[in-house]
Amino acid sequence: MPSPLWGEGAGERHDGCLYMPWIQNRYFRYILSRFLQAIPLIFVILVINFFLIHASPGDPVDILVGLTDADPKVLQELRREFGLDQSLLVQLGIYMKKLIQFDLGYSMRYRQAVFDLILSRLPATLLLMGVALALASFLGIFLGVLAAQRPYGWIDNTSTFMALAGYSMPLFWLGQILLLIFALKLDLLPAQGMVSLRAPSEGWGRVFDIMKHLILPAVTYSSYFLALVFRMTRVKMQEVLAQDFILTAHAKGVSGRQVVYKHALRNAMIPIVTIIGYNFGFMIAGSVLTETVFAWPGLGRLMFDAIMARDYPVLLGIFFIISIIVILVNAMTDIVYVIIDPRVVYD
Amino acid sequence: MTKPSLPGNGSDFTVPRVRAWRIFTRNRASVIGITIFGLLLLLSVFGSFLSPYPPEKVGVGQRMEPPKSKFLMGTDELGRDILSRVLQGLRLSFLIGLVSAGVSTLIGILFGAVSGFFGRWIDDLLMRITEIFQVIPRFFLTMMLVAFFGPDLINIVLAIALLSWPQLARLVRAEFLALKSRQFVDAARTAGASTGVLIFLEILPNSLGPLIVNSTLLVGQAVLQEAGLSFLGLGDPTQVSLGVMLYQAQDIMRTAWWATAFPGLFIFLAVLSVNLIGDGLNDLFNPRSRER
Repeated sequence: MPSPLWGEGAGERHDGCLYMPWIQNRYFRYILSRFLQAIPLIFVILVINFFLIHASPGDPVDILVGLTDADPKVLQELRREFGLDQSLLVQLGIYMKKLIQFDLGYSMRYRQAVFDLILSRLPATLLLMGVALALASFLGIFLGVLAAQRPYGWIDNTSTFMALAGYSMPLFWLGQILLLIFALKLDLLPAQGMVSLRAPSEGWGRVFDIMKHLILPAVTYSSYFLALVFRMTRVKMQEVLAQDFILTAHAKGVSGRQVVYKHALRNAMIPIVTIIGYNFGFMIAGSVLTETVFAWPGLGRLMFDAIMARDYPVLLGIFFIISIIVILVNAMTDIVYVIIDPRVVYD
Repeated sequence: MTKPSLPGNGSDFTVPRVRAWRIFTRNRASVIGITIFGLLLLLSVFGSFLSPYPPEKVGVGQRMEPPKSKFLMGTDELGRDILSRVLQGLRLSFLIGLVSAGVSTLIGILFGAVSGFFGRWIDDLLMRITEIFQVIPRFFLTMMLVAFFGPDLINIVLAIALLSWPQLARLVRAEFLALKSRQFVDAARTAGASTGVLIFLEILPNSLGPLIVNSTLLVGQAVLQEAGLSFLGLGDPTQVSLGVMLYQAQDIMRTAWWATAFPGLFIFLAVLSVNLIGDGLNDLFNPRSRER
């Protein structure tokens, strides 16, 4: 049977035409169509943000000049340079026209193309987020499954309490406490940044160095998510484990582990995947706090600096990129559904 | 632990309110939650009588004194008593949490009720708006609003409230969709009830359960959001909130751990208690999850 990933009729075409399997790939097409559908939404988000940003008091030139006694002529010159002297609609039009050409404009503060600026910060955030997400998902599901098997056992009680704590704690405060204990008191891990100055700049030495820097931020960042995944897994697994087909599987002599991980977990996965996918967007927003505590050079911090400097192009650019990432992740979540549960069908 | 049999099968003649209280308190976690919440509430209401020193007063002790009997939570970089400031900050954090959650609950009810009751294009329109609010990274937008319009208390509360309602709106909408075609609504309509009466006096009271659970959780989230904003320097600098204390403690964290540890601990306890209560209420209103 052909892999479902490649759709029906995968193989060579009889007329010898150039054959591009990825176009036929139904998941690729699904992502593409979701993406096209999302374009109006992204547009609306950008317009809202555009007007919100421009409706607010103070502009980038004020902040740039600061408290210095600048000549009003210079200010006017700067505003003209940034295009701030034109009407809002004209500015919006120019922005959208450039956006279609994938030009996000220039940062007023860094004097650098916004696209390059975001690209230079994105990997650090994606690394942090990826590791935190993986940690939270695997550990959360694993503990959730264990807890559901023995409700009110010690594993359940401990992890339920920890989850509740992770849920109720300010993320950044947890980070600070971890930093106080593991970096400052015990001196086991680095406290700030992503690389050490004296660490090797390439090869495994660098990988190892980054990994060491990653531990505390990733643990901090994953805590809330871990709590969420754990709670969902525990509830859903308990529901599924109480159903008749589980009893049947046991009766047929399927080993306990197989029943739990193959029969039950697979049936409990959809809501778990949903909660992971749905919270992804909020997770990006949470990055600013973690990155502030650990001086992690990522997108969240860039966003904060851009807000403080009223760096309009950077702000809009980040909103743009984040909206795209969130929509992509949502589409991928839908695809994971199909892989988990073949009964799910999209038109 | 033996599970007591669930009341409410027709054989139980206790007053519903009493019965609800019994179910609620059967959950040990929610009892702990309500105890902590009560204690913290008392502390924050009577904080000004209890606090050993004036919270704003500089130099009641040495700078950065570690915790000891005279200063139970130590002093900060200006020699102010941290315990007294925590008591004052707790009150403000609670206030911000309750007011923001209240306002966003109102917005959510309005959106969800109108959407679910009228349906059709109104529903479509309002739900699209709700979706937009759900896709935009909320915390970024909150940060932006507060930074742009100035970090004073009212702006902070409004920014948090204006961006926290979508989930509640969807919930209320779902309840309204399920309830609006039920017989009691038809009966009221036949009896001549106006639209407003139908929405607010007939359907809304019947969908209160999930709504209360959700807005309880909103209180905790609002407290956390305020703390996060303040930590970034977007708190109201003229007020003492727990988040603002954490922001100010950042610079002295390496020498004075207590200035970071205690305000954060109280945020944690406050949010924890609210979440525990929310869990208990969820068990109460949602019998399917009433396992514990």
